[in-house]
Amino acid sequence: MSEQDPPYNEMFGRGEVPRDPYQEYCKWFEAEENRRLKKKAKEAEQAFRRTGITFNVYGREEANERLIPFDIVPHILSNREWQSLSEGIEQRVRALNAFLHDIYHRQEIVRAGRIPEHMISENDAYLSKMIGVEPPGSIYTHIVGTDIVRTGENEFFVLEDNARTPSGVSYMLENRETMFEMFPELFIRNKVRPVSTYPKRLRRSLEACAPNACSGRPVIAVLTPGIHNSAYFEHAFLADEMGAELVEGHDLRVVDGRVAMRTTQGYMPVDVLYRRVDDDFLDPLNFNPDSMLGVPGIFDIYRSGGITLANAPGTGIADDKAIYSYMPDIVEFYTGEKAKLPNVPTWRCSEPDSLAYVLEHLEELVVKEVHGSGGYGMLVGPAASKKEIAAFRKKLQSKPDGYIAQPTLALSTVPIFTAKGLAPRHVDLRPFVLVSPKGVDITPGGLTRVALKKGSLVVNSSQGGGTKDTWVLES
Amino acid sequence: MMLGKTAGGLFWMCRYLERSASNARLIEAGSRMTMTRAAAEDAEWASVLESANVRHLYAERHESIDRAAVIDFLLRDKTNPSSVMSVVEAARNNARMVRVALTREVWEAVNDTWMKLKDALARQVSEKELPNVLELIRQQSAQVRGALHGTMLRNDIFNFCRIGTFLERTDNVARILDVKYYVLLPSVSMVGSTIDNYQWEAILRSAAAERSFAWLNKETGPRAIAEFLILDQRLPRSLAFCYINLARNLGYLEADYGETRPCMAMCHETLGRLTRTDIETILQGGLHEFIQSIVQANNALGLQIEKDYRFYA
Repeated sequence: MSEQDPPYNEMFGRGEVPRDPYQEYCKWFEAEENRRLKKKAKEAEQAFRRTGITFNVYGREEANERLIPFDIVPHILSNREWQSLSEGIEQRVRALNAFLHDIYHRQEIVRAGRIPEHMISENDAYLSKMIGVEPPGSIYTHIVGTDIVRTGENEFFVLEDNARTPSGVSYMLENRETMFEMFPELFIRNKVRPVSTYPKRLRRSLEACAPNACSGRPVIAVLTPGIHNSAYFEHAFLADEMGAELVEGHDLRVVDGRVAMRTTQGYMPVDVLYRRVDDDFLDPLNFNPDSMLGVPGIFDIYRSGGITLANAPGTGIADDKAIYSYMPDIVEFYTGEKAKLPNVPTWRCSEPDSLAYVLEHLEELVVKEVHGSGGYGMLVGPAASKKEIAAFRKKLQSKPDGYIAQPTLALSTVPIFTAKGLAPRHVDLRPFVLVSPKGVDITPGGLTRVALKKGSLVVNSSQGGGTKDTWVLES
Repeated sequence: MMLGKTAGGLFWMCRYLERSASNARLIEAGSRMTMTRAAAEDAEWASVLESANVRHLYAERHESIDRAAVIDFLLRDKTNPSSVMSVVEAARNNARMVRVALTREVWEAVNDTWMKLKDALARQVSEKELPNVLELIRQQSAQVRGALHGTMLRNDIFNFCRIGTFLERTDNVARILDVKYYVLLPSVSMVGSTIDNYQWEAILRSAAAERSFAWLNKETGPRAIAEFLILDQRLPRSLAFCYINLARNLGYLEADYGETRPCMAMCHETLGRLTRTDIETILQGGLHEFIQSIVQANNALGLQIEKDYRFYA
């Protein structure tokens, strides 16, 4: 991970010959005409527009429906690489779930002195109303997106845990469909593990978490803030693929101790609600009273076991970047094993020694808000101007516990297809993990996000990143 | 079983789509009419605005009636909630809301319509382009209809789509008849005169019924046209046809849900008035009054359906 080395290229490694997983692909690519590929890339964009896979960018009235750019070169992992990754992810997600149960119950981890008490109790994302609440099946994190970055042949790190409402799974599915349509021949040469079963697995996993109040086949609904939400397409897509209802807050109300949806034939109870509405907006009676997106009283029904909320309220604390820095301890505490997947080394700016170090090395570090997401509000030291660094230094000094810092990793690259041929760009990978009392289920692959600008390390779609299809090979 | 909101979304998606095609036909008929008869141009455009139920709205924004301004108002004015662009956008928003109830084909057809029309209507449409744009609207509407009929399961989802379509169509056709009722009255018509032939042709054209009327081989005359557009059960845009289909689709819902709702009786009342009568009786009772009462009953039916199937509450 030395800073002088060029970033690790996943297609060619440190050499010039394609690495094993990419060999078949590269053979195919060599034989293709650039012109045909250009045409295909254009077709892909049209296909996405026709399907309506767009996302809304907040605060941009004009172009309020944008496409996330899709790159036609897949991100490929061997089965062996995937095996070790998925073992690490499973261990981590189990630990997260145990951690959440613990901090809302006996807080053994605090008693054991592994995490300072104030990190929990004073955390904005800690939901005191969840204390003592037993979610159906004891599951908090039904759906998790674990962001993985790579820096070398065998060097993988978890960059972030997304346990609140990970998004992007619809792109994982649509990217594969698009590849099937454009390059069917590739899938004859390469045996790629399927992702298309995800919606069925999601349904099965959610069904397994049905509350005791449920009788018969669980009724599942997806709760969306509505058609103006940036991820609305995904909400509709998942409901559609799962055969679930897509509801908004005003479709639901509490009827006879259950949460029920208004149908053409009256109110009908919902057993499992896959909610894509934040905790704060979920219930105006229990949380933000101004919320128009939620359902008055839903939290009381939840507490009494009348409905399953996926993910459980209060899981957001696991996304907190200060909590992230404790993940190696958390994994060890609950699983009794060392973490199989390492964290990126992290300085907690709340600790004076760390803060001093960070302030001295701002030009080299990435500094993030502990509650931030989507690539907003962060400083990428090596790419920032002197002025930006000075401004950030002030913010950091005035509220040190709002930040963590990490070394600027030399993220691996996978080539993208450009007018001039292949060009390496930084990527990360978000596998999607389903958790139920029956176990942990990880769909092979995930969503690969790619920075399209040369040298850029920011892969977020809201910041101009794109996506790639992700392949896990059978062998 | 489906969400009340979804039922409402499907209903309105189809109403809006029907309205876009109807508006395009009104513009076409008006445009054709004024090409052949320049003298009465203003009056013709005024009646087009009246038929589209936006005359007042137009008057609020424009001092005089001007061909280009009327066409622009009907095609692309965002402040006109019934302009083609407004209704196509509204149809697509509804389609997005009920995405889960639509096949991929239907959703893509609606989305494609929106994308193509957004392009075609980005700037004011010139005289030269107008026929192409109207053709595009017609084609897109056929594409959506084809996807709907070819791929959707025949269940309550489909029924709400059809109910929206026929309720809107009744309204559109009845308004055309109402605006032009005076040329269909036997007392003032001069049978065979060129003036009325143009008017009649415009009426038929507005209801996309000029070819099928010709196939009937009847003598063109106000009585025959009124009969055709109101009572002929073979014509997909006649009021009788619309109500037969409304009653049928409400009937499917009733059978499906095993429960009779008040809207059914209202529908059958109007259906009776359109099927158990003849044109003589209607003309004697007053064509204008008849059409007006159909428009009112049709509006009331829409509100009752919305209540019975819990679109909003």
